[in-house]
Amino acid sequence: MDAEALFTFNLRMGDSALVLSQRLGEWCGHGPALEEDLALANTALDLLGHARLWLSLAGEVEGRGRDEDQLAFLRDAGEFRNLLLVEQPNGDYAATMARQYYYDAWHHPLLQQLAGAAEPRVAAIAAKAAKEAAYHLHRSREWVIRLGDGTEESHRRMQAAADELWPFTGEMFAADDADRACADLAALRPGWQAEVAATFARATLTLPASAWMPQGGKQGVHTEKLGYILAEMQFLQRAYPGERW
Amino acid sequence: MSGNDLPAPQESAPAPVDDWPLWEVFIRSQHGLAHKHVGSLHAADAAMALANARDVYTRRNEGVSLWVVPSAQITASSPDDKEPLFEPAKDKIFRHPGFYKVPPEVKNL
Repeated sequence: MDAEALFTFNLRMGDSALVLSQRLGEWCGHGPALEEDLALANTALDLLGHARLWLSLAGEVEGRGRDEDQLAFLRDAGEFRNLLLVEQPNGDYAATMARQYYYDAWHHPLLQQLAGAAEPRVAAIAAKAAKEAAYHLHRSREWVIRLGDGTEESHRRMQAAADELWPFTGEMFAADDADRACADLAALRPGWQAEVAATFARATLTLPASAWMPQGGKQGVHTEKLGYILAEMQFLQRAYPGERW
Repeated sequence: MSGNDLPAPQESAPAPVDDWPLWEVFIRSQHGLAHKHVGSLHAADAAMALANARDVYTRRNEGVSLWVVPSAQITASSPDDKEPLFEPAKDKIFRHPGFYKVPPEVKNL
């Protein structure tokens, strides 16, 4: 396989997991209940684990001596290849769960697909990560249903969050050559749409109308929010290069 | 959904723990052993209690099976009844199976 394509694809998988993990970490100590606080931190740590595997493989494939830490902490926003969806702010709990659900409903079937990939290192990471992603999807789906089919206020907030984040879901299925070399993203779309439609029906939510779908995250063109995330995430390594615990 | 400030859910709604009932959590650590009480947590219903139990109590590979039971469903003995309930058993050593040799191969008895 084309090493350049594999490098790019690994960065995309790793960066999305890393940025979403960092976002979820912002909830630590601020969760609506102790149990939720722990559950979000668990999810964040799972995703951080995935990011480490993908970025380590990316560095290995690139062959320029960069390891997971250098890729995570020493690249600027323009070099990040994560989805625009995952850099969106936490907002209220409905927004955090809508973002998580859209991502999980794509992430889990993608990992299942990648578990059968021809590249054995990709298949191994995907097979390991898929088990955790299955639980993430179970949890975020439950919350979308709970909040959507909850009180008038929770329904209003869940619908608003679902609508606001909807445009960022198009990018998950838009494939370029690097994606096509490693996965079949377009094939995931019908399943994702069926999953979301079924959940929204149970949650008494209206499926957002098709809208203009911004793209660019996977090419390094991000919203201004990513800069703030990286400023916090990378501060220590930037200020004290090579510092360790 | 604006800015990067952390939300403060408590400001607009009461803390959920105020209305989420308490659940007792039981974990079976391995096949063949009984479920053991490990603690409690708050959840809105049984499905959430099970999910929360997984996240709060099984982070370090503790179990193979989970039970959650509404705490309100547990009827407990009163500490005041300790003597009538338990004292009479103390001097009846013949009720203890201490006169048998346990084969070393038997791990869990």
